[in-house]
Amino acid sequence: MIMKWLHKFSSPPYFYALSGKLIKWLSVLLVAFLAAGLYGGLVLAPADYQQGDSFRIIYVHVPAAWMSLFIYMVMAVSGTIALVWRIKLAEIVSVCSPPIGAGFTFLALVTGSIWGKPMWGTWWVWDARLTSELILLFLYLGLIGLYTAIEDKRTASRSVAILALVGVVNIPIIHYSVEWWNTLHQGPTVTKFDKPSIHIDMLIPLLNMAIAFKLYFAIALLMRSRNELLQREQNGRWVEEVLEGK
Amino acid sequence: MSQFLEMGGYAFYVWSAYGVSTLVLCYGLLRPYLDHKKTLREISLKRRQHKRDLND
Amino acid sequence: MAISMHLRAFGAVIVRDLLLAFRHKSELVNSIAFFILVVSLFPLGVGADIVLLRKIAPGVIWVAALLATFLSLDHLFRSDYEDGCLELILMSPHPVSLIVLAKIMAHWMLTGVPLTLIAPLLAGMYGLENSSIAVLMLTLLIGTPILSLIGAIAIALTVGLRKGGVMLALLILPFYVPVLIFATAAIDAQIAGFPVSGQINMLLALLALALTLSPWPTAVALKMSLS
Repeated sequence: MIMKWLHKFSSPPYFYALSGKLIKWLSVLLVAFLAAGLYGGLVLAPADYQQGDSFRIIYVHVPAAWMSLFIYMVMAVSGTIALVWRIKLAEIVSVCSPPIGAGFTFLALVTGSIWGKPMWGTWWVWDARLTSELILLFLYLGLIGLYTAIEDKRTASRSVAILALVGVVNIPIIHYSVEWWNTLHQGPTVTKFDKPSIHIDMLIPLLNMAIAFKLYFAIALLMRSRNELLQREQNGRWVEEVLEGK
Repeated sequence: MSQFLEMGGYAFYVWSAYGVSTLVLCYGLLRPYLDHKKTLREISLKRRQHKRDLND
Repeated sequence: MAISMHLRAFGAVIVRDLLLAFRHKSELVNSIAFFILVVSLFPLGVGADIVLLRKIAPGVIWVAALLATFLSLDHLFRSDYEDGCLELILMSPHPVSLIVLAKIMAHWMLTGVPLTLIAPLLAGMYGLENSSIAVLMLTLLIGTPILSLIGAIAIALTVGLRKGGVMLALLILPFYVPVLIFATAAIDAQIAGFPVSGQINMLLALLALALTLSPWPTAVALKMSLS
C-alpha cells in the first residue's frame, strides 16, 4: 500500500499537481502561525528582566538557527536516499534545499549579530557556536556553487549529495558546541532532555515561529522543486498539459 | 503603541533584525515564484520553436 | 594473492607519481615557496615585536600551511585527467580507493613532508622555543595528511570543471577548520606549559577518520566527474 502510494507520489505529474495544491494550503497555515508567533512574541510575551525588549529578537534568531540545522539534515537524508535508491524526487529535494538553508543560516548569523551588540557589546565573537554556524554557511554556499558549476544535472546532484554527507559532521558540532567548549553563546534552554528552562509565555511564541518557519521551508522547497522538475522533464507530455492548463 | 515601536530603547536592534528577516524570507519566496514564470515561458518558447522546426 | 597484487599496484602508483613530480620540479617548489613567502611576509606587515610574533606564530604558520596545501591540491589529479590517464586508472582491476590513497600519499610526501621539515626554521624566526617547535612539527606531521585526504575529495568533485578555484575554497575550508583549531590549540597549550595530549589525540582521531573515510568518496567523486 505504502509502496503504491510512494510510487504514485514520485511520478512527476502527480507530484507537480499535488504540490501546487499543497502550497496553497500551507500558505494559509503559514500566515496563521506567523501571526500567532509574531503577536505572541512582539506583544504578549513579557519583557525579559535582564535584556528588556531586545530579547524579542529570539523569535526570529532561534527558529532561523533551528532551520539552518534542520534543513541540512533533510538535505543530507534525501541526498542519501537519492544516492542509494536513485529516487528522482529525493534528488530534487536535496538539490533545492541548500539555497533555503543558506538563507536561514545567514539570518541566524545576522540576527544573532544584531542581538549580540546590545547583549554582549560586540557584533561578533569567534566562539565555537558562531564560528561553526559561519562554517555551515560556507558549506551551503559551496553546495550551491558545486551544483551550478557542473553541467550534467544527474552528476551535479550526486556530487552535492556526497559533499552534503561529508559535511554532516558539522551539525552535531554546532549543536553541542555550547556544551563542549566554554563559549559566550547561551547554553541550550529548549532542546535539552530536561524541562525547558524558559518561561512558558515566552516559549509558546517561539514554538509558533518554529512551526511557521518549517511551513515556510515546505512552501519554498515545493516551489523550487516544481521548477527543478519542470526543467528536468521539459520534453515530457505532462509538461505540455501543464502549459496548456496555465 | 509607542511602547511597541520603541521596544524599551532597543528599537533599532529589534526592528532591524525583524526587517532583515522579512526581506530575506520574502525574497526566498519571490525568487522561486518568478523563476516559475520564467521557466514556463522558456519551455513554451522552446516547444513552439521545436514545432516550427519540425514543420519546415 | 590478490592482496599482494593490489599492494604492488599501490607502491607502483606512489613511485610513478613521485617520479613524475620530480620531472617537473618547479611544481614541487611552488607550494613550499608560497609557504615560506607567506610566513615571511607577516612580520613585515605586523611589525617585528617578538612578543606579538610568538603569539601569532602557531596560527600564521598553520594558516600558511593550509593555503600552501590548498594551492598544491590541483596537481593531484589534473595532469592525469588531462592526458587521459585518470580514465585508465578508473578502469583498472585495482580498487580505485586504493589507487586514490596511493596518489594522496605521494602528494603528501611532496607537499606535507617538506612543509613539516621547513617549519622549524620559520618557527625559529617567530621566536618559538624548541619544545613548542617540536609540537608544531608534530601537529604538521599529523595534520598535513588530513589536509591532503580531505582536499582530495573536493578536488575529485571539481576536477572536471574548468574553473574550480573559488568554489574549491568554499568546499574545503569548512573541513580544514577543525584541524586548524586543534593544531593551534596544541601549540598554544605547549607555549603556556599545559599538556598537549588532548589536542594531539583529537588530531590523531581526525587522521584516522580521514584515512578510513575519505578514499571512498574521492573514488566515487572521480568516477562521477569523469562520466
